[in-house]
Amino acid sequence: MRPVRLSVVTAAAVVAALTAVTGCSEKSDASGDGVIKVAASDSACEVSAKEFPAGKVTIEVENKGSKVTELYVLFPDDRIVTERENIGPGTKATITAELKAGDYEVACKPGMKGDGIRQQVKATGGGTVEKRSPEADAAVAAYRKYVQLQADETIPKAQVFADAVKAGDVEAAKKAYALSRIGWERTEPVAESFGDIDPKVDVREDGLEPNQEWTGWHKLEKSLFEGNKIDDADKKLADTLMADLAVWQKKVGQAEITPTSMANGAKELLDEVATGKVTGEEERYSHTDLVDFKANVEGAEKAYELLKPVTSKTDPALTAELDKQFAALNNLLEKYRPNKAAYEFTSYDKVGEAERKELSDGVNALAEPLSKLAAAVAK
Amino acid sequence: MSESVSGPESTQDGAPEGASEQAGSGSGAPSRRAVLGWGGAGLALGAAAAGGTAIALNSGPDMVSAAAAGAAVPFHGEHQAGIASAVQDRLHFAAFDVKTKDRGELVQLLKDWTEAARLMTAGQPVGEGGFGGLPEAPPDDTGEALGLKASRLTLTIGFGPGLFAKGRFGLEGKRPGALIDLELFPGDNLDPARSGGDLCVQACADDPQVAVHAIRQLARIGFGKTAVRWSQLGFGKTSSTTPDEQTPRNMMGFKDGTRNISGTDKAALDKHVWVGAGDGSDWLTGGSYLVARRIRMNIETWDRTSLGEQEDIFGRDKGEGAPVGKSKERDEPFLKAMKPEAHVRLAHPDTNDGATILRRGYSFTDGTDGLGRLDAGLFFLAYQRDVRTGFVPIQRKLAKSDVLNEYIQHVGSAVFAVPPGVRDKDDWWGRTLFA
Repeated sequence: MRPVRLSVVTAAAVVAALTAVTGCSEKSDASGDGVIKVAASDSACEVSAKEFPAGKVTIEVENKGSKVTELYVLFPDDRIVTERENIGPGTKATITAELKAGDYEVACKPGMKGDGIRQQVKATGGGTVEKRSPEADAAVAAYRKYVQLQADETIPKAQVFADAVKAGDVEAAKKAYALSRIGWERTEPVAESFGDIDPKVDVREDGLEPNQEWTGWHKLEKSLFEGNKIDDADKKLADTLMADLAVWQKKVGQAEITPTSMANGAKELLDEVATGKVTGEEERYSHTDLVDFKANVEGAEKAYELLKPVTSKTDPALTAELDKQFAALNNLLEKYRPNKAAYEFTSYDKVGEAERKELSDGVNALAEPLSKLAAAVAK
Repeated sequence: MSESVSGPESTQDGAPEGASEQAGSGSGAPSRRAVLGWGGAGLALGAAAAGGTAIALNSGPDMVSAAAAGAAVPFHGEHQAGIASAVQDRLHFAAFDVKTKDRGELVQLLKDWTEAARLMTAGQPVGEGGFGGLPEAPPDDTGEALGLKASRLTLTIGFGPGLFAKGRFGLEGKRPGALIDLELFPGDNLDPARSGGDLCVQACADDPQVAVHAIRQLARIGFGKTAVRWSQLGFGKTSSTTPDEQTPRNMMGFKDGTRNISGTDKAALDKHVWVGAGDGSDWLTGGSYLVARRIRMNIETWDRTSLGEQEDIFGRDKGEGAPVGKSKERDEPFLKAMKPEAHVRLAHPDTNDGATILRRGYSFTDGTDGLGRLDAGLFFLAYQRDVRTGFVPIQRKLAKSDVLNEYIQHVGSAVFAVPPGVRDKDDWWGRTLFA
């Protein structure tokens, strides 16, 4: 399920954005002839210059291997600066990028798989670059990978759902519905950072703007669980959902992620639980709120675990409290999960008021200390 | 039910001994002894002399000016403020479940709460305040009380029976005999979601925003250790601990609190409100017991009741508040002149072997219910030295016969042991229980 990553258009947008940020003040040429050469093979990724002046940089890559490859220039936290895909064996490609002074990685991905073969490079020159701790960069890089993986794994699950809808198979679609949302729910704050996707795939009826057409999961949820039927419009919406999710999958690599945005994203996932899931509003027809709930908590916990090497130094008391509260909330959720191997939870309309109160208390117990995580990261 | 409702007069009317000392004196400057009767008297005097920020100790007009000035009520003292101290205009009361199983964590929470209460009752924000801290973090204080005065905020904590349960915090041996589980009285329609609680905090202030802010901060500090079980907003105090002020009226339009125990009547407080050294639970000496009842009134049917019947039900007239056959509010009631089932007659100490409580209730109006009826009534708060000889006999009598029962229903109930005051800056709520 390797996604096709960046289109040329979006890559250009990244460069443009970067230019705007840096103000393009460094107009130096790259070393020597002003071109950095990358020799890519099936097992190597040789860069001609490990240090070069910041500014507009041209990279010429030649694929000397036998597999189709990709070339990435990455920030230390794995955010993509620029990339070129589909470089066939024996072919060359030229990439330009505006690089601010700082550390980068060049990665070749023979076979277009995995993390690639990486080289550290440095753009030098005026202007100081804010240096983050290696732990923080590692946390962001790992989280970016997680977010991409969630998107990549969501597509086939969503396709099962969409196919069932298109086949008019109400029961199969109902079964596939909640599972198709898990990856999205785990990483929702990142998905929401692309402002145009969330309103297309995850909006509820009461969230619609005037004249906005209702699309996405919840429209289909209503048809399936309230109407118990699928009409032709729903079948079309299944394709629309897949197209919108494909855009999300492509964009994830570009997301602006920082250690503090990870921390706040974790808190936002708990906010999602507190305002939408605990009340039963999110899945008002399917009552699969606890599946989303679990996914939100998992996504928050992932971000937290990745940040722990940073925060366990700056605020050990906080991490101890968070460890405890994550465990407590997960234990509480397990009460509603008869089969521990499956993502099947008690239907939320069967969860009584007192039990909902208990879940709400658990969310508050976790979310309050979690709201302090970003400060611990920023210390 | 309702002693609460009309309770004031009822319980104290003709109050036997305690009340008599002060009953006659009526007006004028308080005696030195009366001043000392205030919670934390010595400290209060000291604070007044030192900064002029402490509340004025006079009753009457001075009290009003103290409120207007947004004065701070001293937090430290022999007794907790918010019991005998002058009743403020607004209430936010919250009952909490304790979620932690760790005694040390509970103790730390009580210390954290004490520290926050110390700051807020002095009109200061919690922690590092409401702004100016790290931009990445939510502020320590939620900020809605910034710029507001202390507004006579008092915070009063209580410990519910559940805290003493066996195998919980090792407190089973310290549960006072007087901290009983209240029986179900006839006519009770108690909602579990509005009843009980391991802890309670009563926040009283002249500004509702100050009271709400205080509970909100404590709830926030408590997340993970405690969870709010239920809470109640109140306005329009329905009884007063300052008898020289105009007696407030309850939602039925009757004066409520005519003969309540005065906050300056040390003898009555010692006799009926404060737990004494020999009462059986040393940790609670200087404390009290609190009974909280949410009493819903059938407002619409009450309003369709004739004036004569309304006055018969209470046993007082509606305008002046005078007992039947008398002309002035504070005239000694002649109980036998009242109908046998009049509220005041049934609630009166003489009808209940002298049972006397200190009432501090508030009116509430929580919008309307689904039937368009005003969801209103009395949030009854009564402090006493022993629940078994205070609230229980009075309520038994009322629940059985009170004609007012046609117009009211008890829908929430809780009981708490209220520890003594926080003595100084090193002391904390509950130290005598947990230390």
